[in-house]
Amino acid sequence: MTAVLSPARPAGPPPLARPVVPPAERKAESAPTIKAEIRNVRFFCKKFEAIKGISLPLYDRRVTAFIGPSGCGKSTLLRMLNRIYTLYPEQRAEGEILVDGRNVLAPDYDVNLLRAKVGMVFQKPTPFPMSIYDNIAFGIRLYDRLPASELDGRVEEALKRAALWNEVKDKLKQSGLGLSGGQQQRLCIARAIALRPEILLLDEPASALDPISTSKIEELIHELRSDYCIAIVTHNMQQAARTADYTAFMYLGELIEYDETTTIFTKPGKKQTEDYVTGRFG
Amino acid sequence: MPMQHTAKSFDEELKRLQSLIARMGGLAEQQLADAIQAVADRDTERASVTVRGDQRIDDLEREVDDLVVHIMALRQPVAVDLRTILSALKISADLERIADYAANVAKRAIALNQVAPVRPVHVIPRMGQVVKEMIKDVLDAYVNGDVPKAVRVWNRDEELDEMYSSLFRELLTYMMEDARNITAFTHLLFIAKNIERIGDHATNIAETVHFLVEGRPLREARPKHDETSFTVVNPAGAGSGR
Repeated sequence: MTAVLSPARPAGPPPLARPVVPPAERKAESAPTIKAEIRNVRFFCKKFEAIKGISLPLYDRRVTAFIGPSGCGKSTLLRMLNRIYTLYPEQRAEGEILVDGRNVLAPDYDVNLLRAKVGMVFQKPTPFPMSIYDNIAFGIRLYDRLPASELDGRVEEALKRAALWNEVKDKLKQSGLGLSGGQQQRLCIARAIALRPEILLLDEPASALDPISTSKIEELIHELRSDYCIAIVTHNMQQAARTADYTAFMYLGELIEYDETTTIFTKPGKKQTEDYVTGRFG
Repeated sequence: MPMQHTAKSFDEELKRLQSLIARMGGLAEQQLADAIQAVADRDTERASVTVRGDQRIDDLEREVDDLVVHIMALRQPVAVDLRTILSALKISADLERIADYAANVAKRAIALNQVAPVRPVHVIPRMGQVVKEMIKDVLDAYVNGDVPKAVRVWNRDEELDEMYSSLFRELLTYMMEDARNITAFTHLLFIAKNIERIGDHATNIAETVHFLVEGRPLREARPKHDETSFTVVNPAGAGSGR
């Protein structure tokens, strides 16, 4: 189990970040295991190198936050994890991302299976123009042929996990577009978890939401943490501090620092990180 | 000081916080020096001025509290900013206590001046000198982020404790020999105890400076040499023991 190369450290055995020291409430938790291991990945958009050789682990049942100024490559890195970038022919990736030991960037890795395994939610809520029920059922039907009763159960389970069930259970046939922004976002999270993924990618999931909806999403992340490996990109540093176990600070396509969130926000190792989290950047 | 915040007003608030601490530190130092001088010179006038001077430090402490609440609520500080603010809050509390002890020394100087002078009073300026240096050094260490200097102050408290322990035994012996001077000796004992406590607050500040700069507490156990809590002097004068 090797991981976590900071860009300044070209060779030698890379150090693993220490597992999060559990606060009292997390006493029962076992030591984290690595779910996805990002190994020296690079990303190119035509000639431009957007990610310049990054390595770090994503732990299972833990939340990893990616922070950094706009254009630092944090969303790009997230997009590599489910290969969504392959929609654009001029974009390509190098390096390895091992999920359960298999390189998902390899061309022979089935991209459909990968996307069932790695769910993603975007900054702007993206409900399909169909009913609340069908928003969830749509994805499930792509992968499973289930009897109606079982499908109902899966939809209900997903909506419950996304803390939306109580608000929509009486209007499942209504359009998903009629929900509020915060509800739409939770619908998208429900849609992602309906496929029972193992990794959940959240790209600024709360940045378009009001404070109450934001709190609900954060609470949801906390809940989902016990079942998934979660990676979140956020511009809201307090949000990273509140939700994540580990935080990675990126700048201009490089990983500047990766550590436990507590360390990043109390005594970061690098001056650049400290300048960024304290609002002194540039 | 690291580079500036994007929000310049935040820098100004932090600067104001640090200047408040510097002013409190300067005043506390002065209060202590005046109180010790009042004891040494049997100067009731100086002692009275010192007692009244404590108010200014209390006011500054309140100002620090208000500013800290304001910054916490508005800026949600993290990392070095958070440590700067927490440190200011802790150091201001220590300085306020130091000034309180100095005021109490001054009050007792007034009481001492109403009785005949006693010999062991000469130890007070010596203890006072050590503690004044500790405070000056620890405030310098705070302003300059000088951890080695803070750690030296932290270790120096031992010297003060030893002086206090030996004065304690000396005073107990005097009291047994000459009951008529018990008033003066008791006030001296409390004065010495106050100075010893001031030394403890100087070490607290040293620990805070360590936390401010290093981001982790100074955890080693500090050698304690104040043994007075266990000290007994027998009437036979045969000596002291635990």
